[in-house]
Amino acid sequence: MDMIMHMIWNDAFWFAVIRVTTPILYATLGAVIASRAGAINIGIEGTMLTGALMGVLFSALTQNAWMGLLAAMLSGALLGAMLAYFALKMKSNIVLTGIAINILSAGGTIFLLTTITGDKGISTSLNSKVLPNIDMPFIADLPVIGPILSGHNVLTYLVLVCIVMVHILFNHTALGLRIRAVGEAPESADSVGINVFKIKIIALVLSGILAGMGGAFLSMGYMSWFSAGMTAGRGYIALAARAIAGNSSVGALFASLLFGFADTLSNYLQSVQIPVEFIHMIPYVITILGFIVISVVNNKREVMRKKRQLG
Amino acid sequence: MTEIIKMDKITKIYPGGVVANYQVDFSLKEGEIHALVGENGAGKSTLMKMLFGMQRPTEGAIYLKGNPIVMKSSQDALNYGIGMVHQHFMLVPSLTVAENIVLGSEIKGKFFLDQKKAIEATKALAKKYKLSIDANVKVRDISVSQKQKVEILKALYRGAKIIILDEPTAVLTPQEIVELFEQLKLLKQSGHTIVFISHKLHEIKKLCDRMTIMRDGRSVGVYEVDKVTEQEISRLMVGRDVKLDIDKPEKHVGETFLDVKDVTYVDELGKTAVNKVSFSIRKGEILGIAGIEGNGQSELIELVTGMKKPTMGEIYVNQHPITQLGIKKIRQLGVAHIPEDRMETGIAPKMDVASNFIADKYDNAPFVKNKFLLDYKKIAVFAKDLIASFNVKTEGEKTLVSGLSGGNIQKVVVGREFSSDSELLVINQPTRGIDVGAIEFIRKKIIERRSNGNAVLLASADLNEILSLSDALIVMNSGHIVGYFPEASEITEEEMGLYMLGVKTQTAEEIRRACHA
Repeated sequence: MDMIMHMIWNDAFWFAVIRVTTPILYATLGAVIASRAGAINIGIEGTMLTGALMGVLFSALTQNAWMGLLAAMLSGALLGAMLAYFALKMKSNIVLTGIAINILSAGGTIFLLTTITGDKGISTSLNSKVLPNIDMPFIADLPVIGPILSGHNVLTYLVLVCIVMVHILFNHTALGLRIRAVGEAPESADSVGINVFKIKIIALVLSGILAGMGGAFLSMGYMSWFSAGMTAGRGYIALAARAIAGNSSVGALFASLLFGFADTLSNYLQSVQIPVEFIHMIPYVITILGFIVISVVNNKREVMRKKRQLG
Repeated sequence: MTEIIKMDKITKIYPGGVVANYQVDFSLKEGEIHALVGENGAGKSTLMKMLFGMQRPTEGAIYLKGNPIVMKSSQDALNYGIGMVHQHFMLVPSLTVAENIVLGSEIKGKFFLDQKKAIEATKALAKKYKLSIDANVKVRDISVSQKQKVEILKALYRGAKIIILDEPTAVLTPQEIVELFEQLKLLKQSGHTIVFISHKLHEIKKLCDRMTIMRDGRSVGVYEVDKVTEQEISRLMVGRDVKLDIDKPEKHVGETFLDVKDVTYVDELGKTAVNKVSFSIRKGEILGIAGIEGNGQSELIELVTGMKKPTMGEIYVNQHPITQLGIKKIRQLGVAHIPEDRMETGIAPKMDVASNFIADKYDNAPFVKNKFLLDYKKIAVFAKDLIASFNVKTEGEKTLVSGLSGGNIQKVVVGREFSSDSELLVINQPTRGIDVGAIEFIRKKIIERRSNGNAVLLASADLNEILSLSDALIVMNSGHIVGYFPEASEITEEEMGLYMLGVKTQTAEEIRRACHA
C-alpha cells in the first residue's frame, strides 16, 4: 500500500494520467457530439485507428507532422460522413454500421500497412513524424504542478481548446441548439424547418474529426509509430465515458480523466505483486461503478424534477 | 369579413389508394374561429396537414387571399403565415421555453446566439397575447397546458396569422379549457384566424363562429355555429342521430364481486394519492368514480387491476385477496382492464390487430397447438370475428394497430377485454378522444355486459358519460371518497361538481354505504 501511495504521489504518475487521458478525451468529445445529435457513433474505435495510420502515412509522405494530423482529421471526417450516409440516407442500422466501420478499419489499416511497408504489425520502417511537445512558459516553473502540466504533446493542449469549443458549440451557437433539438426531438426540429438529416451529418462528421485527432495523438505523440490495433478499445471506453459524462463537454473531461487514471494505475501496478489480470480489470470495473453511480444520481434527479413539477 | 384561405376541391389519395379527402372545399374568413369537426378518420387531419404543407394535395388548389399557393413543407406554410399546434407537442424537452420558441429561426449576434434577445422576444410576445409563461424554464419542467401555450407562442413568433389547433382541449382540465378559450378569443380580436379541430360539441358551441363538418373524407357542409343544434351536428357527422341519452335496462344486483377495504396508496413522491378508500361492487351494477383528474381515481383503478400495489389495505376479487398477486393471476380471477392510456398500456402499437386481440389469452387453449405453438388459423378466425362484432375499421387482422384511428384502436382494446371470461370490468376513460360513433358503440357494450351480470368499475372525465352510464357513484377528492350516491340518475351535474371540488362532503356513515355491509 505504501508503495502504491508513493507511486501516486509522484509527478510522473500524474503526467502519465494526462497523457493517457488525451486520446480517450478526443474520442469522448466525438461521442458526445454524435450522441447529442441522437446518433450513436460506435465507429469511433475504427475511426481512431484509421486516423492513427493516416497520420503516420501522410507525415512520412510529406515529412510534415501537421499534414499527418490534417490527413487524420480528414479520414475521420470521411468515416463520419460514411456512417451518416449509410445509417441516415440508406437507413442501415447505425450500430451495425459503426461496427462495420470498426472491422473495416481493423483489417483495412493492416492491409494498407502491409502494402506500403511490407510489415503486418508496425510502421517503424517509415520515417514518420511526431507532433511537438510544448513546454508551457511560466507554468513549467511552478512547483508540483509545473512538471505535471507542462511538456505535453501539442494535441494534449489542443484537446482542452476542443472542450471549450464543444461547450460553446452546444450552448452559444445556433448549430449546437439545432444539434440538441435534432437529437432529442427530431420531429419537433423538423416541424420548425430544421433539416434533421443535414444536422446529423454535420454532427457525425465533427465526431469523426475528433476521433481522427485522437488517433493521430496515438501514433504521432503517445507513440511515434503505428501498430496494428493500437487503439486497444479506447473508442469503446470513450462510449462508456460519454454515458458517464452525460453529454456535456466538461463532463467528458472528468469522465476521461477517470479512465486515464484507472489506465495509468493499471500500468503502474504491473510492477507490484498483484495478478496482472486483476490489474487489467481496473478500468472496466471503474466503468461499471461509474454507470451505477450515474444512474442512481439520474434517478434521484428525475424524482426531484417530478416533485418540483407537482409543486 | 374577407376570405383569407380557400381550399378548392381538394382530393388526397395516399400511395396505396386510400382516399383521405375527396373534392373537399374549405374556406376561412379572416378573424374567425372556425371549427373542423368529424369522426376519427373523416379526413380532418389530412386536410389540415395539406393546409400546413406537411402533405400535398393530389388534386385541387389552395388560395391565400385569392392567390394560389403551393407549399412543399411546413416551413413554406409558416412563411405564408400559417401555423399549427399539433396534438402531440412538437417541443424539445431539455431546451428552455425561449429556446423552443426561437428554434429554427434563432436570433444571432455577431457569432453566437443572442439568448437575451430570445428571452426578451418571448416575454414581449407572451405579454402581448396574455399567455403568461416563464421564458427561462426548461420545457420538461412545465405543465401540459403551459406546453400548449409555448406551441401557440411558437406559431405567433413565426408570424402566423392563421393558427390550426388539433384537438387542443383533449389534454386540458376544465379550468385550463376556460383559460384557453379566453386566450383564443383574444387572438381572434387581434385579427388572427383560428381553426379549431374538436370532437366536443359543447366546446364548439361556446367558442366557434362557423364550422365545417366532415364525413368519410368529404365536407358535408359549412354552418354558422349558433344556427345548428348539437343533435343536428352529430347527425351530420355520423349520418344518423346519435342517441345522447342512454337506454339502460333495470339493474339486477347479485353478490359482491369486488371489495376494496381501507386501501391507501402512497406514490413514489411521497404523496398519498389514495387515502383509506373502501367500497364494493356487486354483480350487475356499474359503479362510477367521478372526480377532477389527479384526485386518485387513476391510482385507484391501477390498484384494483394490480398495476400498483397498495401501501395499506386489502382488495378482494370474488373473496380472494389480490394485493399479493401478479396481474395475470388477478386477470384469471375474472378482472378485465381497459386502461386510461390506450397507446401506452392498452395496446402494442407495432403489432397487428390479431396479436393485440389475443395479448391476454395467447397461452390459452384455443390458440395453442401441440402445447408450444401458436395456432395462427384459429387466431385469425378469432380476430376476424372480433373485428366484425366490434365494428373495427381496419383492412384486416394483419394491419398494425398503430395505423388505425383512435376510435378503432380503442375498439381493439375493448374487443380484447370484453372477449375474455371476465366478471369485473375495470374501465378508465372508455371514450376519451374518440369519435361519436365509436363512443356510442362502446357505451352500449358496457351496458350490455352489466346487464349480463358483470360488475363494472368505471372512471371517466366526461361527467355526462359517468352520470348516464353508472348505477351508483362515488366521488373522489384528494384521494378520499367524499360522496357515495346509490342512484347515479338522481344526482345533477352541478351537485356532483360541488363534491368534486371538495365543497361538499358526506358524513362517514353516508360514505360507508358504498361498502354494502
